[in-house]
Amino acid sequence: MDAFLASPIGILALTVAQTLALLVPLLIAVAYLTYAERKVMAAMQMRKGPNVVGPFGLLQPFADALKMLLKETIIPSGANRALFILGPMLTLILALIAWAVIPVNDGWAIADINVGVLYLLAISSLGVYGIVIAGWASNSKYAFLGALRSAAQMVSYEVSMGLVIVTVLLCVGSLNLSEIVRAQKTVWFAIPLFPMFVIFFISTLAETNRPPFDLAEGESELVAGFMVEYSSMTYALFFLGEYANMILMSAMTSILFLGGWLPPMDIAPFNWVPGPIWFILKIMLCLFTFIWVRATFPRYRYDQLMRLGWKIFLPFSLVYLVLTAFVLKLTGWLPV
Amino acid sequence: MTQPLLANYFPILVFLAIAAGIAVAMVGGSVLAARQKPYAEKVSAYECGFEPFDDTRRRFDVRFYLVAILFIIFDLEVAFLFPWAVALGDIGWLGFLSMMAFLGVLTVGFIYEWRKGALDWE
Repeated sequence: MDAFLASPIGILALTVAQTLALLVPLLIAVAYLTYAERKVMAAMQMRKGPNVVGPFGLLQPFADALKMLLKETIIPSGANRALFILGPMLTLILALIAWAVIPVNDGWAIADINVGVLYLLAISSLGVYGIVIAGWASNSKYAFLGALRSAAQMVSYEVSMGLVIVTVLLCVGSLNLSEIVRAQKTVWFAIPLFPMFVIFFISTLAETNRPPFDLAEGESELVAGFMVEYSSMTYALFFLGEYANMILMSAMTSILFLGGWLPPMDIAPFNWVPGPIWFILKIMLCLFTFIWVRATFPRYRYDQLMRLGWKIFLPFSLVYLVLTAFVLKLTGWLPV
Repeated sequence: MTQPLLANYFPILVFLAIAAGIAVAMVGGSVLAARQKPYAEKVSAYECGFEPFDDTRRRFDVRFYLVAILFIIFDLEVAFLFPWAVALGDIGWLGFLSMMAFLGVLTVGFIYEWRKGALDWE
């Protein structure tokens, strides 16, 4: 068995098994996130939510998936066919491959690369391409405007997200995600870097085009934004990609600020619970907040959105970054 | 040295292949499973029930272009900050102050943009 695992085929088989062991639960989690969102929002609005398909409506996500599968894939006559199909595929692929570097527990990252944060930032930046390609290839005005808005919005908030990540790196001294979590053994970064934590969370809302920043979709003005021409599975891929990105951003928030797999305090009974459980609980907390925000706040206006990103978040995170660096330098707390 | 470094990236390749497989299988499966019956009205671009007025490939607001340029400037800055942040413990006060000088120049540019109204969205 050991000889087999050391051979090239063995390594390939092991990696494929690891990948599937992460992706299959992830896709199921995505399916149930859509269910959870509908249920939680229903509870917040004094409704019942899906409750017909299966006990408590638990089979609703599968019914939805089956329905999507059996619909006709419409490709508009004016569309650029190849790009039109490529757009949603790219969105889903990018949302999935980012998970390769996420450490679920100490030493459980499938690809434990030493530039993990950079990889995550790069992949989430590439997410813009899926949307721009889809909007442009549809050859529909709503889709085009939605894609432009969405791209401008994602790009604007990425800058402050990058600055927040650099602030965390200052406190860690490594780009490796596992190292970032280990550095939070004494205190989670959400406490000393609390303002950055808030900025990061709000930026993730904007990055994933979630309410109150869902101007790209803006159903009252742009019908559904860049997705308006999509149907069937091509539409479902956008949907899956958006929700997988939500979970990814929650995982990033947990790793950078909430101590990843670490328990809140290293004492019993907290440290009896295995690391992955803590990690999943933290992700679920973030996701709940995503849904809570959606049920609570009205949509932003586009000029307000841009002002928040460029005139408030960017200068503030830049100043906080310089302050953090200065304090760390002065006190000699910098990691060497 | 290169062998283990590259080996670290191998799972990403596997992820890419499997994710692409999933995406193709889902779209392909749907195309095969569902009845495809397009006609002219169904495949025309959606425009609130009108016939589409004209092509989409036309002029749009220059502000989006401006945002893109601003993004390049600031994202490059973040790219510079990454190695600086990781190595700040080793490069001493000179390294710290060099980056402060760079950020100072950048801030002057930022204030200029702000005063010029490049950040306003009217």
